[in-house]
Amino acid sequence: MPTRLIVLWCPDWPVIAAAATAGLSAHVPLAVVAANHVLACSATARAVGVRRGQRRRQAQRACPDLELVADDPDRDARVFEPVVAAVEGLTPGVEVVRPGVLAVPARGPSRYFGGEEAVAELLVDRVAEAGVECQVGVADGLFAATLAARRGLVVPPEGSPEFLAPLGISELDQPAERLPGRAELVDLVRRLGVRTLGEFAELPAADVLNRFGAAGALAHRLASGLEERAPSRRRPPPELSVTEEFDPPVTRVDVAAFAAKAIGERLHAELARRGLACVRLGIRARTEGSTELERVWRCAEPLTAEGVRDRVRWQLDGWLRVAGDGGLDGGISVLLLDPREVIGAEALQLDLLSGEAETSVAERAGRALVRVQGLLGPDSVWRGVIGGGRGPGERVRLVPWGDPPVPERPAERPWPGAVPKPTPERLVTGPVPVVVLDGDGAEVVVDERDELTAPPRAVLTEKGPPRQVLSWSGPWPAAALVRLQVVLEPSGEGGERALLLAGDGTTWWVEGVYE
Amino acid sequence: MSLARVSTASGEEFAGRVLPVRTELREVLPWPGLRRGATIALRGSTSLLFAVLASATAEGSWAAVVGLPGLSVLAAAEAGIAVQRLALVPRPGTQLGEVVAALADGIDLVAFTGTATLGTAQVRKLSARVRQRGTVLLPLGPWPSADVHLRCANTRWHGTGAGDGHLTHREVDIHATGRGSAARPRSVRVCLPG
Repeated sequence: MPTRLIVLWCPDWPVIAAAATAGLSAHVPLAVVAANHVLACSATARAVGVRRGQRRRQAQRACPDLELVADDPDRDARVFEPVVAAVEGLTPGVEVVRPGVLAVPARGPSRYFGGEEAVAELLVDRVAEAGVECQVGVADGLFAATLAARRGLVVPPEGSPEFLAPLGISELDQPAERLPGRAELVDLVRRLGVRTLGEFAELPAADVLNRFGAAGALAHRLASGLEERAPSRRRPPPELSVTEEFDPPVTRVDVAAFAAKAIGERLHAELARRGLACVRLGIRARTEGSTELERVWRCAEPLTAEGVRDRVRWQLDGWLRVAGDGGLDGGISVLLLDPREVIGAEALQLDLLSGEAETSVAERAGRALVRVQGLLGPDSVWRGVIGGGRGPGERVRLVPWGDPPVPERPAERPWPGAVPKPTPERLVTGPVPVVVLDGDGAEVVVDERDELTAPPRAVLTEKGPPRQVLSWSGPWPAAALVRLQVVLEPSGEGGERALLLAGDGTTWWVEGVYE
Repeated sequence: MSLARVSTASGEEFAGRVLPVRTELREVLPWPGLRRGATIALRGSTSLLFAVLASATAEGSWAAVVGLPGLSVLAAAEAGIAVQRLALVPRPGTQLGEVVAALADGIDLVAFTGTATLGTAQVRKLSARVRQRGTVLLPLGPWPSADVHLRCANTRWHGTGAGDGHLTHREVDIHATGRGSAARPRSVRVCLPG
């Protein structure tokens, strides 16, 4: 028996959020576009023929003065936070389903406020005070309650299957939920001649699982008015929660985004290791001033690593925006992710299998590197990009993992004076001065014509005895420097040693060691 | 490489699965490549590390090097390493064990310095982890439980003269010792880079 839920739905939320952010009236014709297609449009735009899913060009033809705004899930989430806060002032247990939609368990508040209709009215009023229009629906289960909210209905208890049955199969595909593969699934089912949710629900569950996999089985449960997941869900053990302390506290959105990425990956990895996935995620934070913040995100689908990351980022973004308005005492110093509800491997197995097959070597590597960044910080994992330059150090640009690998200088240009390869395997970062001596024990330097004053015979480092030079090459002048390769006599069983020296004409230092 | 195939912690699934490596190195290794799940300790030569990593990264594997702040990515590229799949963690600080363990979960070849700073328990845990994940662990320093120890000796440089020419390559002996099937010491003389 699915939980009875009150769902509050703000129509055209991406449009409302975009208009609010851009300072536009909600009554101008406005469309939010993603990948060249209309994702959502305002009522005024709809009135003149703009439709969801239209190509951008078509939409502009239908409405020449249409304002186009790029899709931005972060913005949608940020603007939604005050709405959630407004509802939370009325009743506890608020869960964000996605930006624009939130759910409240029906039982408590409807008893307290005297009936579900009364709660619905109160909610609409309260959200209207926050300047946002919304609709409310009540039904058993999140899927049915969301569809009820779109129609402003209260579905009687245990009435969800009857409510859903006549609705079109396309209701399963809500673009705002950004469910991967759902559109294809709906399309496939429709081409098999199934038109309504009721017809789909009548198919035997086992056949649906065989034919459409785990994603199909989940859609089938939804269409049947069942809870979105099998009742075998587990209460997660408390040690599954993941905590991150920030010193200095997080105050900026970009830092928050990085923090979200790292902690999200950690939680996901921790769950995946136990064959679990999260379907209800508690996000808790403590500010510098010890204010405790908490928000629960509920999801119809098991959260992927990206899903966790996005929700954490959205939430931090929302809180920090409040902080920017002076509503928060300081930055966020502690963040805790608390998986409130997880589902086990048995429900996820197919997803895991298909996911594993698709997970490329690169993705696995990327996840491991992000985990290390989570341990040591963003500037701990690097990748080298090779470009142009004369010195061995100049030619490599180290880029933090996750940043685009772009070289500093183009490699194609000719770089006269560059030391021929091989490059020393180890570059010496701090200055290690050496003295180059000739056969008489006098210092070898470089004259005005960039030539050595005498053939080098020995190299003296700060520690140890002078080492005899067996052979050398150079000098290669480059800008204000000259470079010299020397091969030194064997010491120990390692054998000969080669160094790349750099000099400014009077002194020499070790630039690289061939090892 | 599908993790779903790992059924036991013993790494049986990886038995016989190797990553490619230069022909000369195959002569001193007890396997026809770098065996997944194996630990190969390398002593005293970054160019040897590059030679070990080159073929595998060139054929799609990922590698990470922990704790070598001066490592030259350019030299790595010249040695044949696909540097777009080479990650560097120059300063793991006190979290070396955690960092190497995290890397071993997703990176095929993990090399690291500071081997002496790890405790016995950490070493045992790491070994178990790499066997289970099929990672090739490359400690750059003493590592008593390694399957194979490789070390360089008798380096001889070529290319330089009395100011003319330039360094081209070195010849070096690679000595291998180890346990079990690798117990018989073997040596090979190779050119690095080559």
